[in-house]
Amino acid sequence: MKHVIVIGGGVAGMQCAAELAMQDIKVTLLEKKSDTGGKVRGWHKLFPTFTPADEVLSGLRHKMALTQNITTKTGCEATTITPQKVTLSTGESINCDAVVVATGYTLFDAHIKEEYGYGIYDNVITSADLEEMFNKDDVRMKDGSTPRRIAILHCVGSRDEKVCQRHCSKVCCVTGVKQAIELKQMYPAADVFNFYMDIRMFGPGYEEMYREAQQKYNVHFVRGRISEVSPNIDNRLQIKAEDTLTGRPLKMGVDMLVLLIGMKSNDHNASLKADCGLQCQNSGFMQPKDSFLHNTESNIEGIFYAGAITAPKNVAEALNDGATAALRVKDWLNKQ
Amino acid sequence: MINFGFTINKPRTIDLNRNNLNKSNEVIREMPELQTCIGCGSCTASCTAGNLTDFNFRKVHTLVRRGEYQGAYEEMNKCMLCGKCRLVCPRGINTRGVVMLIKRKLGDF
Repeated sequence: MKHVIVIGGGVAGMQCAAELAMQDIKVTLLEKKSDTGGKVRGWHKLFPTFTPADEVLSGLRHKMALTQNITTKTGCEATTITPQKVTLSTGESINCDAVVVATGYTLFDAHIKEEYGYGIYDNVITSADLEEMFNKDDVRMKDGSTPRRIAILHCVGSRDEKVCQRHCSKVCCVTGVKQAIELKQMYPAADVFNFYMDIRMFGPGYEEMYREAQQKYNVHFVRGRISEVSPNIDNRLQIKAEDTLTGRPLKMGVDMLVLLIGMKSNDHNASLKADCGLQCQNSGFMQPKDSFLHNTESNIEGIFYAGAITAPKNVAEALNDGATAALRVKDWLNKQ
Repeated sequence: MINFGFTINKPRTIDLNRNNLNKSNEVIREMPELQTCIGCGSCTASCTAGNLTDFNFRKVHTLVRRGEYQGAYEEMNKCMLCGKCRLVCPRGINTRGVVMLIKRKLGDF
């Protein structure tokens, strides 16, 4: 029986492991955290259908349990990778016939954009923090009161030369609109403002969700990047931007500011490049063999990619990638 | 002549068939990074002059790039060269350099 190691137990890795296992391939799934599920574990509902993230994860876990072919090892990281052997941080090495790297991405650290006051002002939160609040069903200001005016800022740590993140993180626009709707559902009397540069509604149902946010939920959209945040006299957050569609500077006090943090490539990718000979893009994400017919293959035969390791991706795309990588692995193993 | 109370307005249209883009091209040639502007307005939001006068850096440089030079030099004179816009620009454009360049190119316009 062939043996494949899948590194990373997020949705792409889980999908890939499940698909491989169903093809009678033995799989070892490595996860550095204590449980599988990756970033999706932290999400509440997924755009554009508001599907509970748990539903996707339990579906994947169920699929993984259909065979006995998967061994999941949690709490361990891969250090060096070759198509025949993966060495773990524990010093242990595992032999295999192929490797799928599905280690995903890192959330941008909002502290770096100091002008937005994350970690300085109480009610500046990130989109990931807001998902956690939704999960606990407890969206409140630090003092426990209900926010009456909320601003959501797009492109934090994306499309920003100043923090070396030139790429678009792709999912933040959609997340911003989704979270605005959820906030309005929770607090219909609150005013929610999205500050955007471009609204990139690239997927099926996304544009419809955007329209619903405008029409049904009365979410406000202002085209301009917030330049700085400061506290004002009644302890609210004073934000400044240019309302670029009217060409005038704009300021307003808000109770809560949500920063839509982008996807950053893992720091670990640099060592994949240095120690394993895999190629990186300028953005730090890994370079697939090509962008069309071999987008889940690396430059090394026998090492494959799945999910957001190669570029920012949404959950559906990561799942597709997992399945595609499994097919490519199987083709490759058959040729050996 | 009898005054009928009618006037003819100059068209407001930015007429790219007629506008002479030579100066605009010169500006772009010297600072190609200006083309990467995504129009986010961070420069204008952080601009001290823009908060007190109707100076709008984003608007003026966009008009210059479209070949609308009228008044651009005078507008750029409102800039105090403090450089806050350069600190916030997500595209890393040397905005202060753009102000100086446009003033140089259009000073005799």
